[in-house]
Amino acid sequence: MYNYIIKRLILTIPTLFGAAVLVFVLMRLVPGDVCEVRMAGFGTFADPEAIEICRENLGLNDPVLVQFGQVMWGYLTLDLGVSMWTGQPIVDEIGLRFQLSLEIAILATLVAILIAIPLGTISAIKQDTWIDYVVRAFSIAGIAMPSFWLGIMIILGLLITTQALFGTPWMPPIVYVSPFEDPLGNLAQVFWPAVATGYRYSAVATRMTRSTLLEVLREDYVRTARAKGLLEKIIINRHALKNAMLPVVTIFGIEFAFLIGGLVVTEQVFNLNGLGKLFVESVLTLDFTMTQQLVMLVVVIFVFMNFLVDLLYAWLDPRIRYG
Amino acid sequence: MRFLKSTLVVSFALGLAAAWAGGAAAGETPVRGGILKFVVGSKIPSYDAHMESTFGMIHPIRPFYSLLIRVNPENPSSPTDFVCDLCEGDVPAATNNGLTYTFKIRKDVKFHDGTPLTAHDIKATFDKIIFPPEGVPSTRKAFFSSLDSTTVPDDYTLVFNMKYASGAFLPAVAAPYNFVYSKKDLDENGYAWHQKNINGTGAFTFVEHKPGAYVEGKRYENYHHEGKPYLDGFRAISAPKMAVRLQAIRGNRAAIEFRGFPPKARDDLVKALGDKIVVQESDWNCALQFLPNHRRKPFDDVRVRRALTLAVDRRAGSKYLSKIAIVKTMGGVVFPGHPLAATEEELSKIAGYWPSIEKSRAEAKRLLKEAGAEGLEFVLLNRGVDQPYRVVGTWLIDQFKKVGLKVTQNVLPSPAFYDAVRKKHDFDVTVYFNCQSIVNPLADVSAYISDDIAGNNYAGYQDRTMDKLFDQMNRASDPAEQRRIMRLYEKRALDEEALQFITLWWYKINPHRSYVKGWKIAPSHYLNQHLDNVWLDPDLM
Repeated sequence: MYNYIIKRLILTIPTLFGAAVLVFVLMRLVPGDVCEVRMAGFGTFADPEAIEICRENLGLNDPVLVQFGQVMWGYLTLDLGVSMWTGQPIVDEIGLRFQLSLEIAILATLVAILIAIPLGTISAIKQDTWIDYVVRAFSIAGIAMPSFWLGIMIILGLLITTQALFGTPWMPPIVYVSPFEDPLGNLAQVFWPAVATGYRYSAVATRMTRSTLLEVLREDYVRTARAKGLLEKIIINRHALKNAMLPVVTIFGIEFAFLIGGLVVTEQVFNLNGLGKLFVESVLTLDFTMTQQLVMLVVVIFVFMNFLVDLLYAWLDPRIRYG
Repeated sequence: MRFLKSTLVVSFALGLAAAWAGGAAAGETPVRGGILKFVVGSKIPSYDAHMESTFGMIHPIRPFYSLLIRVNPENPSSPTDFVCDLCEGDVPAATNNGLTYTFKIRKDVKFHDGTPLTAHDIKATFDKIIFPPEGVPSTRKAFFSSLDSTTVPDDYTLVFNMKYASGAFLPAVAAPYNFVYSKKDLDENGYAWHQKNINGTGAFTFVEHKPGAYVEGKRYENYHHEGKPYLDGFRAISAPKMAVRLQAIRGNRAAIEFRGFPPKARDDLVKALGDKIVVQESDWNCALQFLPNHRRKPFDDVRVRRALTLAVDRRAGSKYLSKIAIVKTMGGVVFPGHPLAATEEELSKIAGYWPSIEKSRAEAKRLLKEAGAEGLEFVLLNRGVDQPYRVVGTWLIDQFKKVGLKVTQNVLPSPAFYDAVRKKHDFDVTVYFNCQSIVNPLADVSAYISDDIAGNNYAGYQDRTMDKLFDQMNRASDPAEQRRIMRLYEKRALDEEALQFITLWWYKINPHRSYVKGWKIAPSHYLNQHLDNVWLDPDLM
């Protein structure tokens, strides 16, 4: 098992390096630069000399290889640099938003697990009954419905409903409150985006749970268990579900990693000051340094989640461990 | 449907009535207290207004600073009414044949760190803006090209010595970017200190900035305008999505957004909230232009360029586009309503503004035929932002089609758009915009002079007659003479040489919660943002 873990860890190094090179090159291919956007992007007069000074100060006039060397040296010395837009350390900018993104990701995953596993299981057990049809329709709707659209509908629904019921429209707070300062205020803010995101996320997992469970339920060992007279509950919980969870765990792992840095649209819709919103803003302002580090953060999270999923695989299926 | 329509009309009428009531707020007694929450749609780069351009910095940071002079907060819609902020009495008139401006500085002003303000601070500020040391960016120093030097005869007198008399100077001084910094801060901490630190003399002191979330300020008890500010504080909430800003006002998470909403958003808010919403509207100091690329054939031919402007029915556009987009007023190169702007009669003599669109389009077809450009196909470059760019861009294509032109639209995200227009000059015709803060036509029309001088002319031409007229206009001290030259300049730019064109001027619509009092709309979203006269009416909250 230790050899397996070490092998997996070593493999992450070329992956991270490749990602860093790719992101650096891609960012330099995008036309324009942050100084142009920052000083002349609002239609007001901007002195060309001031724009040039800005470029010089940010190192945008340096040769690309020098810029690349600086990025790599930063990784080696664990210095992520400063944002080209705000001039603030990137570690601070990310740290400020990480808590919120992590909280939403965890809540959305919880919502997804709470919906997907019971519904997927019931749907498989009650295959081709009206319950199965309802669950399938519910999950297909979740896949078809973009979470940003659902988010907008949730906010509008809340505004309209609360105005109709109480005379005053209400919407979730648009400024983040830490759960340690105001748990209720925090919940009021993060609950709705977690539902909007968790529903779509659960839809994929529900369908996956259903289909893998159906497959497992047709396996010989399940038939044997039934022939032995085991209770259906035990067969499902102890024998079938655990084995059916392999692909479902993969989905949860990948989706969780995606959610931390990828709640781009949902964070915008609910005005959550998370990593997704920062991502959009840094891309729009051509903040190369910030975008580079955010992409790398997502890559690191993906690599780490994949690593965790691999470990879970090994735990769930001993053949992987010993193979 | 009819019910909905009539409800909307009634609600809107109520809103406008309430807006009128808001305008009458001068007769009401302001109430002290409360926190104003407002939403801002753009991100703060640094806190240094001398180098930044975005309203995303002005809206949350301006309340911490004062200016030497500012637009009159009680009459901000006037493009020519300036009052003293840090100076005493009235804004001084120029003496010595327009070559000297002498400002008496208030003696009762202190920076938030307790340092008393003197004329030396204001001199240091304007010297940083106008004569920055090498390597210090100053985005608008060109607006002060008529200034020779600043001197401080005593601690409370500041003198601007001009190279030549210029009507553009005072408005440039009143620009909202000219935050007054402490000389001590500049001397001790360097010219970059204000990018990350705040120490002003404004109505509010800095409390906290959570990047990407909000900026908070609280009342400055030693503020130099007696009795102000009325608010206990403010919170500027970052909200990049327009839908969020709109819903925030609807859900009372914020009371106001100072930039502006499209007509539909205004109607939705008024419909949902009735008299809880007040709407203020104004012409906006932003001209939505379209620029032919003079570097490319056949747009190097004046006949083809004239045909482009003649194809556009601005009168009908004003009527219909103003229902769906943030544009409205037909105008020439000068902000409509300014004394230097063309009257309706004067405009009617300019190609593209003739009263008869049939006559215009017949002439456009004739010119295209003469130039051998009948059925010309080209690409209209546009910025990937709905309001007003894409809406007006789509309308423009239809206008060009009416004279037989075949136009397709290429919409690019903002950075790629700027790159194509400003750096690569890679376009046939592009939608563009000339947005300024303070209304200062003598400086604002600099975009029409030759591109090797202007720095913000992207149409790619050199026209020395335009340069000469611009220079003459800026050196003319007599407003009547300025106006006469402006007409020649405008006629040459829009008609005779058809250098670049204006579709319509932007139109600013600010629906806000009716309990917000004292704030009055200005012709720019950069103006009147000191918030010292804003108060919250507890009876309406």
